[in-house]
Amino acid sequence: MMRIIATVRIALRALRRNKMRSLLTMLGIIIGVASVICVVGLTTGATKQVEDQVRSLGESVLTVFSGNFTSGAVKGGWGSAPTLTVDDAQAIAQLPNTVAVSPEVRDREQVLANGLNWNTMVQGEGPDYPQIRNWKIASGVMFTEQDVRSLAKSAVLGKTVVDELFPNENPLGQVIRVRNIPFTVIGVLAPKGFTLWGQDQDDVVLVPYSSHMHRITARNFVNSILVEAASDGVIDQVQQEITDLLTARHRSLEPDFTVRTQLELMQRVSDTSQQMVFLLSGVAAVSLLVGGIGIMNIMLVSVTERTREIGIRMAVGARARDIVVQFLIEAVTLSAIGGAMGIALGVGSAMLISALKHTPSVTPAQWIAVAFASSAVIGVVFGFYPAWKASKLDPIDALRYE
Amino acid sequence: MSSVIKLEEVHKVYHTGEVDVHAVRGVSLEIRRGEFVAVMGASGSGKSTLMNMLGCLDHPTKGKYLLDGIDVSGLSRDELADIRNEKIGFVFQGFNLLARTSALENVELPMLYVHHRVRGSEQRQRAMNSLEIVGLAKRADHHPNQLSGGQQQRVAIARALVNQPALLLADEPTGNLDSQTSIEIMGVFQKLNDQGITIVMVTHELDIASYTRRNVIMRDGHVVTDEPVKKRLIAEDELRKLREAQQAVNLA
Repeated sequence: MMRIIATVRIALRALRRNKMRSLLTMLGIIIGVASVICVVGLTTGATKQVEDQVRSLGESVLTVFSGNFTSGAVKGGWGSAPTLTVDDAQAIAQLPNTVAVSPEVRDREQVLANGLNWNTMVQGEGPDYPQIRNWKIASGVMFTEQDVRSLAKSAVLGKTVVDELFPNENPLGQVIRVRNIPFTVIGVLAPKGFTLWGQDQDDVVLVPYSSHMHRITARNFVNSILVEAASDGVIDQVQQEITDLLTARHRSLEPDFTVRTQLELMQRVSDTSQQMVFLLSGVAAVSLLVGGIGIMNIMLVSVTERTREIGIRMAVGARARDIVVQFLIEAVTLSAIGGAMGIALGVGSAMLISALKHTPSVTPAQWIAVAFASSAVIGVVFGFYPAWKASKLDPIDALRYE
Repeated sequence: MSSVIKLEEVHKVYHTGEVDVHAVRGVSLEIRRGEFVAVMGASGSGKSTLMNMLGCLDHPTKGKYLLDGIDVSGLSRDELADIRNEKIGFVFQGFNLLARTSALENVELPMLYVHHRVRGSEQRQRAMNSLEIVGLAKRADHHPNQLSGGQQQRVAIARALVNQPALLLADEPTGNLDSQTSIEIMGVFQKLNDQGITIVMVTHELDIASYTRRNVIMRDGHVVTDEPVKKRLIAEDELRKLREAQQAVNLA
């Protein structure tokens, strides 16, 4: 052990002797490790955010979208086809394993209030929406089933809309105008933040879906239906039941709707991040390879430069193994320091980017460990040939080397 | 059993290119404990080859070499390395110290490769003792480039002594030194030899050889002369004479 420490000290001294060269040699490893760690940090952060968000949406939540987006021709996308109705939603609510249903209609509208105006998403929802979305009302109340039936002109505002239309004012009881129709503010939602797509979830005005359909947009179909299942365990079952129910109700050969679960979304996200990780591993492998070749190159130069030193060490009794170990440790020290610097740089830049871009960054400990270990392994692999070459020198020739 | 070196009909042939070079052609030599031998000869006489074999840096092609009672002619590379570490101290013409490494650490170097581990504090102690023997204890933390040639060679001698070898091998130890420093170094060797250390030295300078006790002269791979030194010079006397001469010059 002490001999290892002594050898590491010798290695550090040899590397210090050529600071610039050592740094340039490490650069390959530093950049490779840093870029991987940085991107992994940001990707993991984003993935975690998505997962948190999906979880906050409720893991037992399903969304029924209208429109068959799987057919080949040009389509308006999910929720664009006029196939889902409020009756569909009520039929779904009758299913045994559903606890709450909210028909959804969405529209961007210019909202006026208080002499100010703001373009925002005006969303028609059912009274159970906050419960399904796991979203608290910060002040005031949510509209009720009664409000839905009476096409009440009540609105619940998101935090962003409050900030824009009622700065420094209590919005409760105030009136906002959508397409010149006055809605009374009866509640304010708790802030929820951004989605991972960068969408501000608080930039929203909730109104009863009936009011939306009849007073604002005048239509008789909904964009989607939000369904909460009784538990996570019955989601697949509920998905199947909804599919069967709507297929029967719509009497269409091909389903003209899609039922998505949050689990599917989560699955998709983790699939994507899995692919990202594979891609990154490839990039990491290539950059470590390049870094390793750089180390091998410099170690070969170092062996040549220090031929006489090797000769001296052999003359005073160093065995081949001692020489191999010395140069291997030197190569590993080089690559491990490079790896450590790369990790520091990678974590640092991920933190910087996440601070600048307001995106989370999480660098998993196992990636740091893997990055460090693989740079050390690179040192062993690419340091071995030069070290072996050094140990095979003839002491007489090495001593005579100028 | 008191012979440190015993060569029996040792040959060395180099197979370089098309011609085989027969560098050493049957040398038999016995050197006893406490001897101080100079091996001399013109370049190409085979003395360097002989020296490499004596130093266990090279195998004889034919013949037998007993070092301190051990037959080393058939040992592997690593076994030879161990023998060098335990039995032999080298002093080279070009000093061969590690640059940018303190004198003390240079002296500690052979102990790094000792089989039974030497503790760090003991290493330092032994290295300091060695440096004291050659009179350089005060320069222990100096680097080779801060030392004169004579001082560097003393560090090299201290390094050669640190593992208490059976044999001190010096290859042209005064080749890079001026005449006064050369005599000083020979003084160090004489002092060591007086303490019983066996020294074999290669040189081509006759006056340097006359500080030893026995001269072996080689030609064309053979030992042609092997005799005790008749008019042995004593380094201390020679140094005194030199100083007196210098003083005389200054006075004049």
